[in-house]
Amino acid sequence: MENMIGLTAIAGAMLLSFGALGAAIGIGILGGRFLEGIARQPELAPQLQTKFFVIMGLVDAVPMIAVGLGMFIIFSNPFIDQAKENAAPVAVVQPVVAP
Amino acid sequence: MSEQHAALTSSEYIKHHLTNLTYGNLPGEGWKFAENAQEAKAMGFQAINLDSMAWSIVLGLVFCFIFRMIAVRASVGVPSKLQAAIELVVEFVADSVRDSFHHAPKLVAPLALTIFVWIFLMNFMDLIPVDFLPVAAQWVGVHFFGANPHEVFFKVVPTTDPNVTMGMSLSVFALIIIFSIKEKGVGGFAAELSLQPFSSANPIVKLLLMPINLVLELVVFIARPISLALRLFGNMYAGELIFILIALLPFGLQWVLSVPWAIFHILIITLQAFIFMMLTIVYLSMASEKH
Repeated sequence: MENMIGLTAIAGAMLLSFGALGAAIGIGILGGRFLEGIARQPELAPQLQTKFFVIMGLVDAVPMIAVGLGMFIIFSNPFIDQAKENAAPVAVVQPVVAP
Repeated sequence: MSEQHAALTSSEYIKHHLTNLTYGNLPGEGWKFAENAQEAKAMGFQAINLDSMAWSIVLGLVFCFIFRMIAVRASVGVPSKLQAAIELVVEFVADSVRDSFHHAPKLVAPLALTIFVWIFLMNFMDLIPVDFLPVAAQWVGVHFFGANPHEVFFKVVPTTDPNVTMGMSLSVFALIIIFSIKEKGVGGFAAELSLQPFSSANPIVKLLLMPINLVLELVVFIARPISLALRLFGNMYAGELIFILIALLPFGLQWVLSVPWAIFHILIITLQAFIFMMLTIVYLSMASEKH
């Protein structure tokens, strides 16, 4: 059970970090090409800007899904209930009441 | 009774703000509002998230009402500011449709406008401070319905509910299939899925390549609506969660973080609505092109 909580934290952190890594590199390359394109043909800037945002949305999609999923498992872990059901029941100590 | 006055811990506060108001048939207890997330899950598929449904319908009606009011009273002379703003939005959507989808059917531009403005309005609910509407709903629930205040959940941003985004993207998916079949026929649609990307002239080789083609094409085909839905959901859920986390900070410190995040979030909500609209237009145009 304690392992589960720690592993969930690590899993959430990995989801966020790898998504951020991929998104940053991808959008960085995309932005660089976009700026090159504008430098070559400034009159196409508005058209290129539209396409830039569309492609940025596509590149960002899976990292965003990963962010959503990471936040979800960190704050409302769906595995904890399963782990509770599978764990052996702990003996409950009844308070002794003096007669 | 003492639960009503006990303060929530941080993680309970976060969980409270991330739970939908679910109404469903709990096996063993009948039709009722779910008291926590486990009950909501036990209710199964036919449970309805009433807060998302209500807010998405209300915002859709607001959009229709405002746009219709302006359209009916449109003046060719000097327009009012609201009319100028709406004309800006409509022109923007019309240009996007015209640039990406040549000879679009009449359905596409109003569909794109609806998607853009409706998703923008639903996302905009995220900018309202986190506790305003849920506390008002809690007050209404306690005083008029006698509910336990800790069980009155109220998520005001419908697009943070994956049911809402999945519903919209499945509608777009259905339209993609309808447009494909209308343009290419059922045979053409099936051929497009099974004879690409590996093709050959020999009919026996064609038959052998069909399973591979189907797998590749179906993955791309199914990935479109799923990514459309989850992109919007992931962005909005993460944004709302960060607002909730900022709300947990001491009051003086909140302004330092929430102002930049809210300003950044204005860009995000507009961008996500725009991306959903553009991808809808692009997918529909790809579905309608003949070879």
